[in-house]
Amino acid sequence: MTLLAVERIKLLSTRSPWWCALTALVLTGGFTALVVSQSNAQFPATVSATQYAYSFGMAVIMVLATLAVTTEYRFGTIRTTFQAVPNRAAALAAKATVVALIALVIGEIMAFLSWGMATLIQPEADLALNSTADWINVAGVGPACALAAVVAMAVGILVRHSAGAISLVLIYFLAAENLVTLIPGIGADIFKWLPFNVLHKFVTGDGESAGGATYGQPLSTSTLSPWWALAYFAGFAVVLLAIAITTARKRDA
Amino acid sequence: MIEAQSLTKRYGDKLAVDDLSFTVESGRVTGFLGPNGAGKSTTMRMMLGLDNPTSGTVTIGGKRYAELHHPLRTVGALLDARWVHPNRSARAHLSWMAKSNKISPKRVDEVLDIVGLSEVASKRAGGFSLGMSQRLGIAGALLGDPEVLLFDEPVNGLDPEGILWIRKFMQRLADEGRTVFVSSHLLSEMALTATDLVVIGKGKLISQSTTEEFVARATDSTVKVRSPHLDRLRPALDRVGATVTTTDDGLLVAGVAGEKIGELAMENQVTLHELAPQQGSLEQAFMQITGDSVEYHADLETEAAEQPAGHAAVTN
Repeated sequence: MTLLAVERIKLLSTRSPWWCALTALVLTGGFTALVVSQSNAQFPATVSATQYAYSFGMAVIMVLATLAVTTEYRFGTIRTTFQAVPNRAAALAAKATVVALIALVIGEIMAFLSWGMATLIQPEADLALNSTADWINVAGVGPACALAAVVAMAVGILVRHSAGAISLVLIYFLAAENLVTLIPGIGADIFKWLPFNVLHKFVTGDGESAGGATYGQPLSTSTLSPWWALAYFAGFAVVLLAIAITTARKRDA
Repeated sequence: MIEAQSLTKRYGDKLAVDDLSFTVESGRVTGFLGPNGAGKSTTMRMMLGLDNPTSGTVTIGGKRYAELHHPLRTVGALLDARWVHPNRSARAHLSWMAKSNKISPKRVDEVLDIVGLSEVASKRAGGFSLGMSQRLGIAGALLGDPEVLLFDEPVNGLDPEGILWIRKFMQRLADEGRTVFVSSHLLSEMALTATDLVVIGKGKLISQSTTEEFVARATDSTVKVRSPHLDRLRPALDRVGATVTTTDDGLLVAGVAGEKIGELAMENQVTLHELAPQQGSLEQAFMQITGDSVEYHADLETEAAEQPAGHAAVTN
């Protein structure tokens, strides 16, 4: 608990997390407002459509998570940290937990802000959260962001430089996975198992949320059920973090 | 007590620290002296468990750093004053450090007061001058009221006022009975603050002794002789085994005390115009000892004497 408090003080006593949180909210909220306000009979506002922009917000949250550790390397505070807490595994695990919790909170605010704004802009549209799929489609954004943040932080620990780590995380998340589908034959089969595609499956399912199948986000090609998809991505995040922590323990700080 | 045993650190094919063994006694200020790049910072990072030694160990009070419970309460260290997030306030920086070792938040204000930063405690550390950053670093080192303090080049880049402040501060810490281990590349600085010296060059131990001993050994070595009858004095000096170097206006004699030269002059009826012990500056002596080669270690006195060290230096 002490270490969690330490990491919370560290993270929230600098400005970048606040700016990243604000950016994530403005970006997703703004985009959702645009989409929903332009909806019509052909493209009705649906629960799924309110979460169109979640991946933009998630990208910003991953930047936040990467910076949370790379700035420590940049300014040498990681050494002060390891000096105060020589158990590096505990220190970094605590940091990952705090970053994940903050990502969870931002993710939830982001998702419900987008959904709430949509209900205000289109009060007539059927945006009620009636089914489990509806709920996961909105509330699932938080856990998805939390796990994505752990992945980003693990990359940050391994790469240590802000620019390098952020580029790697964003290029992979926003481009590289989709490029795999271009490989003839096997591309689509590989893509089914790539982590962020699987994570998207957790949020959208097979489009069971209201309007999800026809008027919602593009669906994931993963064949896992939503909960297995979440477990798969969580496993990926934990393994990556474990590799990062093992590396950090062996390395000179 | 800090104890290093056969401490070795290799980066690629470069040996930064080479089989270094020394002890730092409790309750004294021990200087860690060596030219830039001698391996001082690497050694200190290994003391704090930040860098892993390639081989050998270093213990503080018999324990490796990683084995210390709440280490900030045993060892306070300032290795680099810039290890602070520039957008974090001084108080926030100390607060998380205090929290991590279960140190009371009151202590944060106490140490800020000790180093004189109370008024700027909530300002961002990025706007601090080097002197202020150094004070913040010292505040961090004092946070856990530790028995052992490590400082790496604390006066580097400071103005005279800052240097004086740090110097007095170290002495105060030692007076309180703490163990202070402070590195520097300036012997003159160490001569003023440290009672013991661990001297290294190229990662190897050159000497461990009291500061007094080291300074005496390093500087008190030659005597300048001026006389109109050098032709008679010189053979007499050679006979007693002195090392003699001719200079523009006389001789530099090493290996024989001034008194003995005076007696020899008397015996040989030589008139002396000058008989002056030469003391090189501390820096010159230190450079000779740690210079390009650590081989000076083997024959410290003769080597130092052969160099016309006193020639350009101030005559005492």
